[in-house]
Amino acid sequence: MNTAFLLSWIDYLIMVIYFLFVLGIGWALKRYMKDANAFLEAGRSMPAWVAGLAFISTNLGALEVMGMTGSGAKYGLLTAHFYWVGAIPAMVFLALFMMPFYYGSKARSVPEYLKLRYDEKTRGLNAVLFALMTILASGISMYALAILMEKVLGWNFHLSLLLSATIVLAYTYLGGLSSAIYNEVLQFFIIVIGLLPLVFLSLKDLGGWTGMQEHLAQVASAKGFAPDAWTTTWKYTGSAKSNPMGVEWYGIFVGLGFVLSFGYWCTNFLIVQRAMSAHSASAARKTPLIGAIPKMFIPFLIIVPGIAAFALMNIPGKGFNLPVNEAGQPIYDYTIIMLLKQYLPAGVLGLGITALLASFMSGMAGNVSAFNTVWTYDIYQSYIRPVTGNKEADDHHYLNVGRMATIFGVLVSIAAAYLASMFGNIMDFLQTIFSMINAPLFAVIFLGMFWKRTTGHAAFTGLLAGFMIALLHHGLTYPAGADTLVKGGWIFKGFEYPVEMAQNFWTAIFAFGTSTLVTVFLSLLTNQKKSDNELKGLVYSLTPRYKETGLIWYKRTITLALIALFLVTILTILFW
Amino acid sequence: MGIDIRLPIGLMFSIFGIILTLYGLITRNDISVYSRSFGINVNLWSGMTMLIFGGIMLVFVFRARKVKSK
Repeated sequence: MNTAFLLSWIDYLIMVIYFLFVLGIGWALKRYMKDANAFLEAGRSMPAWVAGLAFISTNLGALEVMGMTGSGAKYGLLTAHFYWVGAIPAMVFLALFMMPFYYGSKARSVPEYLKLRYDEKTRGLNAVLFALMTILASGISMYALAILMEKVLGWNFHLSLLLSATIVLAYTYLGGLSSAIYNEVLQFFIIVIGLLPLVFLSLKDLGGWTGMQEHLAQVASAKGFAPDAWTTTWKYTGSAKSNPMGVEWYGIFVGLGFVLSFGYWCTNFLIVQRAMSAHSASAARKTPLIGAIPKMFIPFLIIVPGIAAFALMNIPGKGFNLPVNEAGQPIYDYTIIMLLKQYLPAGVLGLGITALLASFMSGMAGNVSAFNTVWTYDIYQSYIRPVTGNKEADDHHYLNVGRMATIFGVLVSIAAAYLASMFGNIMDFLQTIFSMINAPLFAVIFLGMFWKRTTGHAAFTGLLAGFMIALLHHGLTYPAGADTLVKGGWIFKGFEYPVEMAQNFWTAIFAFGTSTLVTVFLSLLTNQKKSDNELKGLVYSLTPRYKETGLIWYKRTITLALIALFLVTILTILFW
Repeated sequence: MGIDIRLPIGLMFSIFGIILTLYGLITRNDISVYSRSFGINVNLWSGMTMLIFGGIMLVFVFRARKVKSK
């Protein structure tokens, strides 16, 4: 099936203007990059709304947009669980309870927080794994984007890969974290405005929301589900068999809502870094909350078109089809681009493609800017060349190291993208493995923040143990119909999960549980080497309560948090 | 860092808005362009939305500058 289609001059014009603005922002920030602090931490100067939009924009990468639209087609509105239960509560928790320690401790990264709270080895372990994970992730998304552009737009694979990488490199090299963050804000608006016509037109084609529901009712019934299975979230989660995602409510609640989501949103430095760049402790706390409000509406932008696509695929007269792989299965990741092709005329089509490019860039710049900070502070400065004490020379030196790390990170990402194109399975496997470090990390950071007795040895062992159990669980279980060992069962095909999603949830739950038990148990057996004074500002019970004084009630963090929770509750009830 | 991100956002969306609005006006009678979108001139609508959004951003920038210069 030939999926390529042609763009016209106006589509290219829009893309070129976007590139110019992105590079221009990097250029404008160049003169502020005087030391490592400005380059790697944005000089801790961002207003809350900028940091907040960057916070969700960096997560709204190409893989997220492509993947969530695809999941919308596959699982229907249940995909919104990744937002309403799988993101918002964790973001609120981060804002209210964890941000004061990340920001107040003066740590420059999450690994550095681990160093201050625990010890060097815990930091080292986390820093190395994180650096590898981010670079790998950016390589994989680069590959996904380039292959999409090749298959659909007929662009040269190498050219689109190198061009997109070069633009990201140029603006992050010029303006560091500030440039990444400011561009993420710009990219956020492009993603929203560029994809809106698609939402509108795909729903219009089906006769609006109710029209879509009617079409879906037939399809869902034919597949053996309730008529509204594709447009509800919790209604059919009583048993795994009655909803398209194949998971029960407690799997969603504990696996996604607690372990995976808190592991991701509260400990992933890529995300937390945006909040740490805010200009004050109060702004840092508000960052995840300001992000949470648009975040909960993203499902309407990227999941709803996916659901519409699923209805369209099943109406013969519409002529909408997804490309299929060798096994004859539709490639769901192509949903968004096939919709763009179906509905958008020249002009807005260019805007839609630009939105996809923008999502790719916001994700990749996030990876690169988190990588260079962890590399410079947590690996290079800790193990290769410690601070000399000559402030001016140090500032200059680490700024250069940060810049070199940016180039290095992009080069390794490109290499990872090519590896992914040659050994796709190995990269999938590595990504699965790395995704296993978040759950134990959350256990360790959470215990560290809220229980002063937690010791360094215990944390380190807990981290490793959680990771090992996750590996073991993945090696012993497999999702139904798995055709490669990448999906699990590579030690022994012990237990079969109905779907991959369920396996992921349970891997995370086991990893988190083990990590918590081991850390608590060993903390009781080992001596706390840090004095109460050293732990001040790092542990809840030893830190003076942070008070927001002099703010009117509606400007307080807690008000914002309650608004976010209230809105997400309404959405959950409306789409129950 | 001393840049106001609303300025580039406002400028970029204003430019996009002008381009798409003009393109929408030029192609308004061209049925082949809008057959995909059921005859709706999405360029015009989208262009005007972006013009308004870009304009609002620019108003914010100029107001902030006024406050600063006082």
